Amino acid sequence: MADIQETHLPGIGIRFDFLTSDGTRVGVLVHKTGRRELLVYRQDDPDECAISIELESDEARTLAEMLGASRIIEQLDNLRQEVEGLSIDWITIDESAEWANRTLGEAEVHTRTGVSIVAIITANGSIAAPGANELLQPGTKVVAVGSDEGIETLTAHLRVN
Amino acid sequence: MVSAATTGDTAVVFIEIGLILFVLGLLARLSDRIGLSPIPAYLIVGLAFGSGGFIGPNLSTEFLDVAGEIGVVLLLFTLGLEYTPKELSKGLRTNAVTGLIDLVVNAAPGVLLALFLGWSIPTAVLLGGVTYISSSGVVAKVLRDLKRLGNRETPVILSVLVIEDLIMALYLPIVAVMIAGSDLRSGALAVAIALAIAGLLLLIAVRFGHRISRVMNTRSDESLLLGVVGLTLGIAGVAQELNVSAAVGAFLVGISISGPVQERASSLIEPLRDLFAAIFFVLFAFRIDPESMSPVLLPAIALATVGIASKMLTGWWAGRRHGFATRARIRAGTALIARGEFSIVIAGLAVGTTIDQRLLPLTATYVLLLAVAGPVLTRFADSFANAISSDR
Repeated sequence: MADIQETHLPGIGIRFDFLTSDGTRVGVLVHKTGRRELLVYRQDDPDECAISIELESDEARTLAEMLGASRIIEQLDNLRQEVEGLSIDWITIDESAEWANRTLGEAEVHTRTGVSIVAIITANGSIAAPGANELLQPGTKVVAVGSDEGIETLTAHLRVN
Repeated sequence: MVSAATTGDTAVVFIEIGLILFVLGLLARLSDRIGLSPIPAYLIVGLAFGSGGFIGPNLSTEFLDVAGEIGVVLLLFTLGLEYTPKELSKGLRTNAVTGLIDLVVNAAPGVLLALFLGWSIPTAVLLGGVTYISSSGVVAKVLRDLKRLGNRETPVILSVLVIEDLIMALYLPIVAVMIAGSDLRSGALAVAIALAIAGLLLLIAVRFGHRISRVMNTRSDESLLLGVVGLTLGIAGVAQELNVSAAVGAFLVGISISGPVQERASSLIEPLRDLFAAIFFVLFAFRIDPESMSPVLLPAIALATVGIASKMLTGWWAGRRHGFATRARIRAGTALIARGEFSIVIAGLAVGTTIDQRLLPLTATYVLLLAVAGPVLTRFADSFANAISSDR
């Protein structure tokens, strides 16, 4: 990732820009008023903008979300690749699964599978680092980290195939 | 109780002012449509309505005089409002050499022409100011309209403008004293005192700006508007009383206001400024007999031609220092050409003083030429650059 250059424009705002790997300079001009301008520089004249698109603050946020969403997925992908042999998975608990309606302690999840449940995601929000007393309620989702085999074992206990 | 005579007069004044503002509104719209500053249109209206013009009513200008002065104060206030103290000191540090070259090459033609015409030294200093200062209003608007705010040369153009505005804060107190026409020794003392006061006010603005901003920050728009305009006019008046010039006082109040108040204050006060500044420009041209323009036409055209070249030189130099290619250097130079509101503010100081009054038609013609030529040349800067490079 190239360095982001920051330039102050007195009376107007701040400009941020960087050079993409295909040689195009891309930037954002943040006006003092909160308005944003998306800038794409010409390749034959790097001093000049070829495209300049004005964005109201809600439009800028929308664009950022559209760009940012793929980045989060990318980062998760990277995480999986970076840590060799470690998997992360989201598993929804089935109604009639073996471990449904047990607590984490009763099911002895970690002892039996070697997998850590790092979070439980319910309709009302998520419980990070759940304790032994947390219930494996059907319909909720667990976030599990561990070896591929461990996660397979866990999936077998939480889902009905 | 209002007597019948007064109501009659009021009616006439209302009709006259209303008519002028309405015409200005139409012309401002037209100027905007073709991408030009409305200032030339305002000047032409003033010339047409004014002394020796086509209509020439005996308009009572007492109220308008005050309104025009308020216009100058608000112009300088909103100018100061655009910058934070940090931006000013940073601009000065990074582009001081460019600023100095800008000052020398652009003020010199005005000063030299005035001396060549045999005008007095204070007149020469005023004309130097007129040819020196670019119109930051016109330049910023043109760059925005042409979508060039993101361009690499833009920060350089803007920092040249910042330095010009700072220099104006030192220049105005000096001319104010020179115009007062005191002898050399007491004059030097008065200049020193005026500069010391301006410096003190600048220090207060920089040091305590955030506190002033916090005190002014109320939720009510009405209270903010009245408070800020009141503070600005008050400080401007005090500055005028201390011979620092009202405009500089207002500029420094603008600088001192920063943070969240700044945005709101500028959106509240800009419409007010546009109204009063329009009155100021019209009134300036109002006093000029259109017939007095023909004798200064040739000097004005010569000065404008040199003025284009000298700003191109500034832009070229600044661009070279930052390692820009030819195209960007030409764009920077053309963007700086426009002269406008501040040239007129400077020439306006001469009204009703011992200064050679030929300065007024000369400045009006000069600004008419360059306020139009600047944006037009900026628009075609790239075609220029292409023409030059294909010659090679």
